[in-house]
Amino acid sequence: MSFGQVLSLMFTAILVENFIFSKFYGCCPFLGVSDKPDTALGMGMAVTFVMTVSGMVTWAVYEYLLEPFGLEYLKTVAFILVIAALVQFIEMFLRKFIPTLYSALGIYLPLITTNCAVLSSALLIVQNDYDLLGAAVFGFSAALGFTLAITVFAGVRARLRIANPPRAFKGFPLTLITAGLLAMAFSCFSGIKL
Amino acid sequence: MNAYLKQLRDGILDNNPSLIQLLGMCPTLATTTKIENAVGMGLAATAVLICSNLFISLLRKFIPKQVRIAAYIVIISGFVTAVELLMRAYFYSLYQALGLFIPLIVVNCIILARAEAFASKNPPLPSVVDGVAMGLGFTFALCLVATVRELLGSGTLLGYAVLPASYPEMTVFVLPAGAFLTLGLIIAVVQKIRYTAEDRIRHKQIEAHRRAVAKITPPAVSQEQKEEKEGAQV
Repeated sequence: MSFGQVLSLMFTAILVENFIFSKFYGCCPFLGVSDKPDTALGMGMAVTFVMTVSGMVTWAVYEYLLEPFGLEYLKTVAFILVIAALVQFIEMFLRKFIPTLYSALGIYLPLITTNCAVLSSALLIVQNDYDLLGAAVFGFSAALGFTLAITVFAGVRARLRIANPPRAFKGFPLTLITAGLLAMAFSCFSGIKL
Repeated sequence: MNAYLKQLRDGILDNNPSLIQLLGMCPTLATTTKIENAVGMGLAATAVLICSNLFISLLRKFIPKQVRIAAYIVIISGFVTAVELLMRAYFYSLYQALGLFIPLIVVNCIILARAEAFASKNPPLPSVVDGVAMGLGFTFALCLVATVRELLGSGTLLGYAVLPASYPEMTVFVLPAGAFLTLGLIIAVVQKIRYTAEDRIRHKQIEAHRRAVAKITPPAVSQEQKEEKEGAQV
């Protein structure tokens, strides 16, 4: 994979095919954990960390375990197990060796197992036939796109908290409509090919 | 029998997983560009939900508490794989249209939530009914969103042109932005209905209370006089 290809893959994954605003992968944490900008950033960083590692690990599992034995149809089961184990392992590792990072990301890690962004990035990596570098770059930049989306969104929501909408719109509807407006802004990237 | 009907009503209307509990937002937003896709997605998730509820309920006494979430995920992902393979064999175009969202049923919060909140505590038959109810509720919500989006976005319903050809297609409703907007507006309507109903119940209670108070207190002493008296005593 040449440098140019890596750059174009990153640009596409972060902006053009943003996980939230054009693919809807990972909407639950996006709508749930975006109350405050710092928690949103923490969640985004935790997802970035897990998705980069899990992208490479699931790629290796598929390439060296599932494919040689003709077990491709088990990829969903295998990937979700690998991700769950990996998240658990990362949690233990961070707690033991990098406590500062653990105290920053710790509470978000258990939530990530059932984050569909992580599973879908693993499945997309296999579907698009990336190599190991491609898997790492794709996982990292897709998660970066997720972080960008959730942080920007949390900033907007922090402003909205002082707004006074009609009672029926309070809470979730207002959040969704804000997300719709942001998605409109992001849709200007759609169709760009590098 | 009545209990099961109540469960059905609960899942489809009163406690709808998507519109009231706000779970499983990803497929609700992503697979609702067409009614056809919405029905396919809803029924696929329903099938998985019924099977996983049944098995988790059957195994509820054998699964150790500490590893229950992992066990649920394995059971669910097994059924998701089965559904995925069946859809690839028999509904190939739908399989292609839904894409990654079929394997992503594994991490759909509705299914895990029902496993944890209902199937792990109840016998098999109610769990199956719960799966049917919640699955149909999810399908209903998906269809509602998809109807609005398909009608406004492409002027069709189930692929048939409904609006006249002069209708300008509002493409934004087919785009991701339209998904967020449509779901936001639908949930706003749902909240409006809920608040109105709650207000009505509260008004009724206040009214009943007032009548009860009026019956007890002799008509000669009006409410204000009574309050004054109480104030004087204090």
